[in-house]
This record gives sequence, structure tokens and C-alpha cells, in this order.
Amino acid sequence: MADAIEINGLTKVFDGLVAVDHVSINIAEGELFGLLGPNGAGKTTLIKMLATLLMPTSGTAKVSRYDVTKDPDKVRRCIGIIFQDPSLDNRLTGKENLDFHARMYGMDGELRKERMSEVLDLVELKDKANVLVENYSGGMKRRLEIARGLMHHPEVLFLDEPTLGLDPQTRRHIWEYIRNLNKKEDITIILTTHYIEEADYLCDRVAIIDYGKIVALDAPKNLKYSIGVDIISLEISNSADNFVAMLGKLKWIKKMKEHDGFLDLSVKNGETRIPELMNIAQKAGVVVQSVSLRKPTLEDVFLHYVGKTIREEETSVKDQVRERMRRRWHN
Amino acid sequence: MAQLINLEAIYVMWLREMKRFFRAKSRIAGSLAMPFFFLAFLGTGFMNVRFSGMPPGVNYIDFLAPGVIGMILLFASLTAGISVLWDREFGFLKEIMVTPVSRVSIVLGRILGGVSTALIQGILILLISLGMGSKIVGIFGVLSSLVFMVLISAGFVGLGIAIASRMKDIHGFSLIMNFVIMPIFLLSGALFPLEGLPTWLIALAYIDPLTYGVDGLRGCLIGISHFNLLVDFLVLLCFCIVMVGIGAYLFEKTEVD
Repeated sequence: MADAIEINGLTKVFDGLVAVDHVSINIAEGELFGLLGPNGAGKTTLIKMLATLLMPTSGTAKVSRYDVTKDPDKVRRCIGIIFQDPSLDNRLTGKENLDFHARMYGMDGELRKERMSEVLDLVELKDKANVLVENYSGGMKRRLEIARGLMHHPEVLFLDEPTLGLDPQTRRHIWEYIRNLNKKEDITIILTTHYIEEADYLCDRVAIIDYGKIVALDAPKNLKYSIGVDIISLEISNSADNFVAMLGKLKWIKKMKEHDGFLDLSVKNGETRIPELMNIAQKAGVVVQSVSLRKPTLEDVFLHYVGKTIREEETSVKDQVRERMRRRWHN
Repeated sequence: MAQLINLEAIYVMWLREMKRFFRAKSRIAGSLAMPFFFLAFLGTGFMNVRFSGMPPGVNYIDFLAPGVIGMILLFASLTAGISVLWDREFGFLKEIMVTPVSRVSIVLGRILGGVSTALIQGILILLISLGMGSKIVGIFGVLSSLVFMVLISAGFVGLGIAIASRMKDIHGFSLIMNFVIMPIFLLSGALFPLEGLPTWLIALAYIDPLTYGVDGLRGCLIGISHFNLLVDFLVLLCFCIVMVGIGAYLFEKTEVD
């Protein structure tokens, strides 16, 4: 099968800041591909270059066999995109926003009506269709944008944080719809997300992106397998300093982390190590109240490759945004 | 291959401008207020003043009315062009730019919308000025003045789009108000005749495209103009073509981040 997307050494520099750094990925037709990374990692910039909204500083990218810099009009015809930031006209009603979109994509009257009702049903906005978007809540706006992006059934669909800020129920809905689109309509889907479970649940393959670079790329299952460890979590009631020191000497414990009375150990073949750990705990005089063993999640994979959990990264990005807002107000 | 001229897209861009225009009633009232006050207060206040170079037998209000129409056209069309910036600010520009519609069609739709809204405001001011006792030479004059109104609006919508395409956010907007709109308006001879002005001021007035617009409107509406009407028409036409071209070119190059 041909590749829907071929990215070769794609780079974008903003005022000396490298947002996307020599990214090369091939995405097959019909694939559901995820870009996982914290805010500010370069996911959105990458998507915007593929969607012809930003010009790459260097490198090339082809979408549906068309070069994004040489044939932007042809690329635009093949793609759909749902943006992370608001992109609705607040002075129009929901329906008028959809109508605008449909006409820009050259849909005739019949098809326009059919698709409009289809997508409005999906996001449950039918009864608000004739209300001005400025009166919508944040979640309603988001849903309308999703509806709009799906209207013209593109070959390649970009979803930039599709479920950001949605309630869990709507998120589930959207996930199922994305899956269906991908499987039944054979639409190649590239989504960015910083929700680990979204990437894990939906994507055939996931690229972990950090500081503009791809640090890992594979099917979620393989990614989990690749870090090759289980996580053993011990619940401890009394002081564990002695115990931790003893464990620190053991080579087969790859990583150790204490949090709220729990001790997380990254260990290969976790099942076989539990008895040994119990022995050591007894020697150290530590009372272990519970033990649990779990297979690595994509969160652990992320931690492994990026060195932080996605939430830790998150807060620092939030601070940056806040800082930027503050500067803006003072200008 | 995306068609260069996509009529459906031009139509829907225009439709959007019209809907937004008619829904913003307070904005319409606000933008009509200033020209109305100019007519009412300047027109009355300068009623008995004789400007040097004022053609004999012309009332100041008659002289002023075409100038104030030029003013509202300038304000309305530049604002319409610059609304690209608001679309950028509110994110809707991304939605427009990612569609498979040629940039030329997008620009044409926007210009058509901008010209329509400016024209409506220009005609409203014309009616108001008639109601205030300004005289016109006849119905043919009114019809030909519409041609000038269209050219003036299209040119300045183009200029607005060009400016907006080069700006990243709306923070420079007041700069444009003060350094682009006001000089163009004040130098255009909208408020006083060009005859008998110092040479440096005349020179500036001659490079101001609105000078030819206001002069053309005056020629059509009260039958008195500084230049030949054909000169006014041709200069405006060139201005209009060049501005639409530059606007379309710069809009084509714009990035959305």
C-alpha cells in the first residue's frame, strides 16, 4: 500500500527556536497514527506544516502523494483538519458555520444537508444548530468543530487534540466515531494528543515527540514491550529508608520511585521477583501492606523516553503560557 | 487543481460578511455616527466660511457631502480588509486557509463583501446628506457616483488585506488608524478645496488615492471637480487594480500559526 504521508527531515524554526527538528515519518494509507507529547512539543507545528498552513524551514513532506510546499492546493483538497484552538466564526450560528465549510469544499445542496444532519447528530448539537456560536459553551464549540472537520470525509484527517476539554462521555463518543471513520471509510487519521489513554486506545502506531524530535515510534503494544519492564508497587506503612538503601544495591531493579507511601520498582519479569522482595522487606523490618504488579502502560513508556511524566511537563508548559499571557497584557 | 475563480467560495465569503455586517447593528450605528456629526456640525459650523478656491455658488454642505461619503467608504473598506486580522485573532482564518479554495477566490470574496458593506454605508450617508439639504445634480450623477464608490471601496479593502496579511496580531491596529487612515482622509480634499493650498500639501494630496475618489464623487454629485472626471476614474481604477493585486499576493503568502 502506498504511504499517505511521507515526511523527510521536516524542520521548522521560529525566531531561532526549533519547534520541529528533522522529523522523518512514513504513515501508511488507512493508518490511525498518533503524535503523543506534552503541549509545546511541536505536534501542532508539525500538523500545520502538513496541512499547508505553515511553510517548513527545511525538509519535505508529501500528503496523499502531493508535496505540501509545491502543490498546497492539491494537498488541501485531500485533507481535513480539526484545530486545537478555536476556529469558528462566533457571529454565525452553528449551522451557518457548517454551511460555510461545506460550500468551501464544493458540496452541493443535497449532500450539504445530509452531512450537516449526520455530524450534528454525532455531536448532539442538533437543537442548538440555529444558535449563534458566541452563545455556545466551550465544550459545544469543540464539538461543533469536530463535526465540521468530519463533514467532507477527507482522505487524510488531522485531529489536533480532538478531545481536549471534553467530558468523558463525549470523549468516548468521539473516539468511537474516529475509529469508525478510520476503519469503515478508510480515512487515514493523524491525531495529536497529550492524553496517554487516547493514544493507547485509538492508535495503530504512536510517535512520542519531545522538544520537536521523535524519541520513539511504534505500535503502543511494542512500545510497552520495548521498555521491557514490569512495575511492582509496594504499599509500605512505616519508614522505608533502610529498605530503600538495601534495594538500591540490587542491579535487577532498574528504577525506583517513592510516592505517597508507595514504592514503585521497575523490574524485568516482575512475577519472579516478588518473593525475593518480601524477604528483603522482612529483613529491613518493613511492613508491606500490599503488593501489586502491573505491565507497563504508555505512561511508563513516555516516562522512559522523555524522562518525566506527561503531567510534569504539562505544568511547566502551563507556566510558560501564563507568563506569555502576562506579557501580552502589559504590552 | 483548485479553480482559480471559485464562484461558490466567493459567494459564501461574501454571504458571511453580509451576515456579520447586519448582525452588528451597534457597529453600523457607530460607524455612521462620525460622518453624520461631520455633516451636521462641520457643515453647519463652516456654513458661512469662504475657503479660498471654493467654486462660486457652492454651499459648504454640498461641497462637504461627497467628502464625507469618501470618508465613510475609506473607514468602512479599510476596516473590512483589516478584518483578516480579527479572523486571525479568533482562529477562523485557519479554517478559511485550509480549505481547497484558491487564495484569489478568498480575496475576491472578501473584497466583494467589503465593497458591499462599504457601499451600503456610503449610500446611507448620501441619503442622510440629502436629508440635510445637500443638493445633487441628478440621478445620472448618483448612478455614476456609485462607480466611484465601488472603486474607492475595492481599492481600500485591498489595501486593508495587504496590511493585515503583513501583521501578526491586532496590536498594531491603532497605529494604522492614526498613520494610514487619518492622513489619507485629511489630505484627500474631503474637508477643504485643493485650490490655493501650499505646494507641499498639494503634492501630498496628489499622491493620495482618496483625493481622486472624493473629486470623482464631487464631480458626479455636484458637478464640480478639480480634475477631469476621466482622470479621476483612471487613477482610481489603477489604484484599485494594484491594491487588489498586492492584497491578493500578500494574502497568498500569509502563514497561520
